[in-house]
Amino acid sequence: MDRVVIVGGGQAGLEAAAALRAQGYEGTVTLVCEEPHAPYQRPPLSKQFLLGKQDAGSLPLRAVMFYEKHRINLILGDRATEINRGGKRIHLAGGGSLAYDHLILAVGARNRTLPVDGREQVVYLRTLDEAETLKQRLTEASSVAVIGGGFIGLEVAATARKLGKMVTVIEAGPRLMARAVSPLLSEFFLNLHLAHGVAVRLNASVDAAAGADLVVAGIGVIPNMELAREAGLAVANGIVVDEYLRTSDPDVFAIGDCAAHPNRFAGGRTRLESVQNAVDQAKCVARTIAGEPTSYGDVPWFWTDQFDVRFQMAGLGAGHDLHVARGSIEDHKFSVFYFKEGRLLAVDSVNRFGDHVAARKLLTAGTPLTPEQAVDESVDLKQLATAHS
Amino acid sequence: MPKVTYISHTGESTTIEVAVGTTAMENAVRNGIDGILAECGGACMCATCHVFVDPAFLDRLPPIGEEQEEMLGSTFEARQPNSRLSCQIEMRPEYDGLIVRMPARQT
Repeated sequence: MDRVVIVGGGQAGLEAAAALRAQGYEGTVTLVCEEPHAPYQRPPLSKQFLLGKQDAGSLPLRAVMFYEKHRINLILGDRATEINRGGKRIHLAGGGSLAYDHLILAVGARNRTLPVDGREQVVYLRTLDEAETLKQRLTEASSVAVIGGGFIGLEVAATARKLGKMVTVIEAGPRLMARAVSPLLSEFFLNLHLAHGVAVRLNASVDAAAGADLVVAGIGVIPNMELAREAGLAVANGIVVDEYLRTSDPDVFAIGDCAAHPNRFAGGRTRLESVQNAVDQAKCVARTIAGEPTSYGDVPWFWTDQFDVRFQMAGLGAGHDLHVARGSIEDHKFSVFYFKEGRLLAVDSVNRFGDHVAARKLLTAGTPLTPEQAVDESVDLKQLATAHS
Repeated sequence: MPKVTYISHTGESTTIEVAVGTTAMENAVRNGIDGILAECGGACMCATCHVFVDPAFLDRLPPIGEEQEEMLGSTFEARQPNSRLSCQIEMRPEYDGLIVRMPARQT
């Protein structure tokens, strides 16, 4: 019988297992999870979970009975240490090994850490266990320094502020979320945090964290690619895959945060850290393994919730040469449309849900949109998107 | 505790007791009910927890919020007047006996 082994119990790994069964795949499916917990949702860890509005019991992506019912062998608390590609077998830290016909690497990424210089008190956030620690430490702290002004850092800052803490965000660069958003949005979020009483230090060093009761760092991630590299697979800022999410070995795939994949919206190879990318790549690889080779081409989307703002992104705006805004920045209800050589690249929406949904459809279908149409509120984007889909 | 009945597209029915304040989506996931995926985890960012609410209960549910209204435009199976995203149905005592039917496909 055909065998699929999935290494990594994040959302990408879980969704791949579920999608294989949804595709009618009849072989064996084994999911190897390094953490002691069955696959769970990560997005709430920095928001509703940390705030105490969502408990750990609501985090699992599937119930235990799901794995039994769909014959998914769940291995918890173990990790792959070696891929023997010749023998088509992986070895586990716990001493066991698993034979595969298809191997899916959904090994994710790990937090970048600060250089160690007696800052062992710094807390990081990626896993449920780390979130539990941070939640506990937050109850005891009155002042919090957040190192890193990216999504995770700002979500933690907003949550800590809602919990009544004195919060300082320390960002090494000149603006917030610089890797992901345009200067216009960086400024909007800076003002949002300032208005809610968060102190923001830009171009600052970690020394600015001195004296805080609690120091949290969210300074990006490093893709986990050692396992692949040691197996002789191509790696370059992630595990290199083709449009079918295949590594340089046709029986080995990589998906999710760890996969450096060709992306038509990036205009080249990229790596995306998002729920959308994890889920859509999982479904894509499941189709391919189930016998229907499918190339990956889904539109990237992302969201973050900070204070009263829901920020939604569709597409990838890097390399844009023009941007226009629709709606009102003062009212916290606007979208920014990014163009390159007249072609729509991406749309960032602040509390403009309809724009976001329309943007996903426009970008997926490649429907032409002009900057003039984008700013004109009388142009119904939804209708435009529907008419062309 | 209020009860919710989930009916699959093939007619398989499952009734469970749920805590007030939890959502119809999370109870389906917790109880291993196939037919509700919730890829985004209940953030109202996908439309894979789509259900059809029994018309008898429609009046009791709160009006559809702006985010849900938009996401309902992206369901895999066509939206009906009684379509809802189950992550946005937060259980209340007066929803006791709620019946939701699940589409054949969410994605």
